[in-house]
Amino acid sequence: MSYLVITELQKHYDSYHALRGINLNITEGEFIVFVGPSGCGKSTLLRTIAGLESSSGGTIELDGKDITEVASSKRDLAMVFQSYALYPHMTVADNLSFALRLAKVPDAEIQEKVRSVSASLQLDPLLDRKPKELSGGQRQRVAIGRAIVRQPKVFLFDEPLSNLDAALRVQMRLELARLHKKLGTTMVYVTHDQIEAMTLADRVVILNAGQIEQVGTPLELYRQPNSRFVAEFIGTPKMNLIPVDTFAVKGDQLTLNLLDSSVLFPANRLSGPLPKAMIMGIRPEHLSLVDDNGDFTGCVELVEHLGSEAYAHIQLTNSQTIILKASARSTLKDGDLVHIKVDSSEVILFNESDRVVSVIAEEASND
Amino acid sequence: MKRSITRLLMAPSVIMLLVWMIVPLSMTIYFSTIRYNLLYPGQNNFVGLMNYEFFITDPGFITAVANTLILLISALSITVVLGVMLSALIDKPFFGRSIVRVLLISPFFIMPTVNALIWKNMMMNPVYGIFAWISQSLGLQPIDWLGTYPLMSVIIMVSWQWLPFAILVFVTALQSQDTEQKEAAQMDGATGWHIFRYLTIPHLARPIAVVVMIETIFLLAVFAEIFVTTGGGPGYASTNLAYLIYNQALLQYDVGVASAGGLFAVLLANIVAFFLIRAVGKNLTV
Repeated sequence: MSYLVITELQKHYDSYHALRGINLNITEGEFIVFVGPSGCGKSTLLRTIAGLESSSGGTIELDGKDITEVASSKRDLAMVFQSYALYPHMTVADNLSFALRLAKVPDAEIQEKVRSVSASLQLDPLLDRKPKELSGGQRQRVAIGRAIVRQPKVFLFDEPLSNLDAALRVQMRLELARLHKKLGTTMVYVTHDQIEAMTLADRVVILNAGQIEQVGTPLELYRQPNSRFVAEFIGTPKMNLIPVDTFAVKGDQLTLNLLDSSVLFPANRLSGPLPKAMIMGIRPEHLSLVDDNGDFTGCVELVEHLGSEAYAHIQLTNSQTIILKASARSTLKDGDLVHIKVDSSEVILFNESDRVVSVIAEEASND
Repeated sequence: MKRSITRLLMAPSVIMLLVWMIVPLSMTIYFSTIRYNLLYPGQNNFVGLMNYEFFITDPGFITAVANTLILLISALSITVVLGVMLSALIDKPFFGRSIVRVLLISPFFIMPTVNALIWKNMMMNPVYGIFAWISQSLGLQPIDWLGTYPLMSVIIMVSWQWLPFAILVFVTALQSQDTEQKEAAQMDGATGWHIFRYLTIPHLARPIAVVVMIETIFLLAVFAEIFVTTGGGPGYASTNLAYLIYNQALLQYDVGVASAGGLFAVLLANIVAFFLIRAVGKNLTV
């Protein structure tokens, strides 16, 4: 059942259309991540849900109640900000209890709640300190604690980990995942980091230019993107995109002519009418090196060894560079001439307007 | 070698500063211990602490010290309280905000003498002043501000002069307040008053301390406003320490007593500073 329902949400700034009709259903207990490039509207969407920005149209419903016009303090949401936004003149304990004190909750109950939250987040030794005496990770935990203590219906996170260093970010990411498992509360999380999106989310919402590009589980987005934008946005290194020169359907065979060769596919996976032009998308891990009989050839430009794997940047005959994931023990050297084989079951084709023509990979074929 | 060059190069400014401070101070101390009356030139014999005794037993002395402190405390309270309220008011964007800000700051650019004349002749004059006109339009008897409430009139003028300074400091401080903190408080259920009380006021603690410190330095030595408007009167009703010293030196030609008064003013300033630093100084170190 839908818990947080966003319908046709619009947001206009003076001359800027920030949200262009957002429709989204979030079920109770879900971990939803909004992700997208800078300026795509993900933070605006979160702030509009929070009530910090007024909407210019559309509705937001929470637990069956329309909250579009409700003041943010009455929405029963708690937010964790990018800068943590701890109250600098209050101790950690006062920060945690601020909302409860404003709500005139009895003292004993406040103490009980603060104690249980501080115990679960290991804040006990810090309760008497001021925010500026804490490290980044501790501040982050206090900010999360301040949200938890109110027991809201939904948690909102606005890029909460982006001010932390890399190691701490990984650790806090795990803590957040654990926290979500423990509390089971609905969480909406904004980030520009796709790794956070992939690892934390039950479902990822990809936003682009104020519109939802695609909603799905992390693996769905990775394997079945429905547009070139999603395909390029998800995955590091990026998906390789190679323009198709010509293509032809003969019986149940689709032939793509690109570069110096042609690649064959079963045509029954083509859906809809044939597009005018096509681009072939293939992820680095679905390209492999062969001794001969490859689909195309190229010249190794650069090899990046990451320890567990290596990425080879290979210049093709049309001087385009693609990335291929090679094994860590690969003996590739700069300047080597290589033959590359495409795993045709993993190829994704895009039409001239960058939508997916047909997703050739099927769930069944990968199991 | 290197060290001596450093000292050599710094010497001119250090010596300059020392001369600047030491010479007037020692001259004042010297004058305060001799008979030095401009009406009796040549009779400059040593008189010990007699000048101090004369100054302290002057009929205007107690009134002058009290007036100095009343003026200081009243003007400080008015400028800080009104300053915080006005700057919080103009912190949110509204139509014409920049014009309102300029108008609020502009009294600071008016020199004290002109300020005093404006208030004396255009606002507080019992015959053609604006306050008199307001009273008359309401059917009330116009008030002779400078005659009836001389010290309060001076306090009003001085506060008007110094309010812009407080606003200027507070507005700048408010701009550095974190908006995410306010939003977090908003989501925690805080009203505008709660945010003002629990976030804005603590945020302004340090700027308030700065404003109080700086204004104290100048408010202890208010002179032009009194000189131009009330002339310290009626009686000693609006005489402060600075004016009393002027009175001794240039109206009674007694430089010795005036010097003694000057040193007493230094003492008073130090006492005030001592309490002030204890009261607000801790905000500066945090």
